[in-house]
Amino acid sequence: MNDNPNAVAMNSKDFMKWSTEVIDDVLRATQAKKVLDKLMLPFWNWSQRNSMYPLHFGLACCALEMAASSGPRWDAERLGIIYRSSPRQCDVLLLNGWISKKVRPALRRLYEQMPAPKWVIAMGECSISGGPWYDCYNVVQGADTFLPVDIYIPGCPPRPEALIDGFLKLQQKIKAEAKGPFLED
Amino acid sequence: MAEITACSGNLTGLEIADALSKRFAEGIKINSASPKRIFSQVDKEIFLELCKFLKNDLLFDHASLVSGVDRIDRIQAVFHITSYINNCCLIEIVVDLDHEEPEIDSITPLWEGANYHERETYDMMGIVFKGHPDMRRIFLPEDTRFYPQRKDFKLKEVP
Repeated sequence: MNDNPNAVAMNSKDFMKWSTEVIDDVLRATQAKKVLDKLMLPFWNWSQRNSMYPLHFGLACCALEMAASSGPRWDAERLGIIYRSSPRQCDVLLLNGWISKKVRPALRRLYEQMPAPKWVIAMGECSISGGPWYDCYNVVQGADTFLPVDIYIPGCPPRPEALIDGFLKLQQKIKAEAKGPFLED
Repeated sequence: MAEITACSGNLTGLEIADALSKRFAEGIKINSASPKRIFSQVDKEIFLELCKFLKNDLLFDHASLVSGVDRIDRIQAVFHITSYINNCCLIEIVVDLDHEEPEIDSITPLWEGANYHERETYDMMGIVFKGHPDMRRIFLPEDTRFYPQRKDFKLKEVP
């Protein structure tokens, strides 16, 4: 694309790219981006931490605790923890169970498919360090070897209260991160 | 073919063992036979022929187990084949194989249910089943270079 493009002569893809860049430049030059970030931050942050949508992806037996925590007795949905079945609709990747070497590429792919901002929770001994499968030939020794894990929930398996507590810890973390809608510092 | 009803067949294990030793003069050794169980040791050469005989003439209709044992000097393939028609009789077939290159004929063309069992045995023990439609690893990733259930497999050497 040349420096002085003619908007009429561009195809739609080029036009989208060009217009996005122009808007971004204007927002940056006029400090509007920072102002918007500051203004929107409290509301944005509040909505982020009260609508943490984890991916509904059961790896192993901890998935039963995941199910129990969203059942009527513990009811994680009152905290905005709603399990979605598509990574495109998720904020949190909840790793519940041992990660075999065969599922590792799939997990990494799911993580990449999730839109930012995104967080990872390692639930249970297996996804933290391999757990009972420490030194096993087919189990990844800890999820943090290939994913940036934010919250570790120990237990084998952790009780639903512990899982919900982990989500509350993640809420605190989101609050402390304090990222605005543009996700820039 | 007789009507398939569980435990209402007519041949007992002893009669089946007799029929087997009549049909195959060499290569089969029946260790013990009782009305519902036959334990046998079979040579690799006559294995497929024996399985065909079991299926077509003695009406064995269910391969319930395919597995392997590492005896350090040799590798054994173990098959459990049962017949719902013949009094629920189960025949255990043990085949000795070479430790370096364990190869045996596949029974998947005869009993389709053996498909995943054979793939798992290949995955864990390294026994290659000739004639299998899809001889790949099933649990471990494709690029795995070891067979974890062999005795000489050292856990610490896994990369």
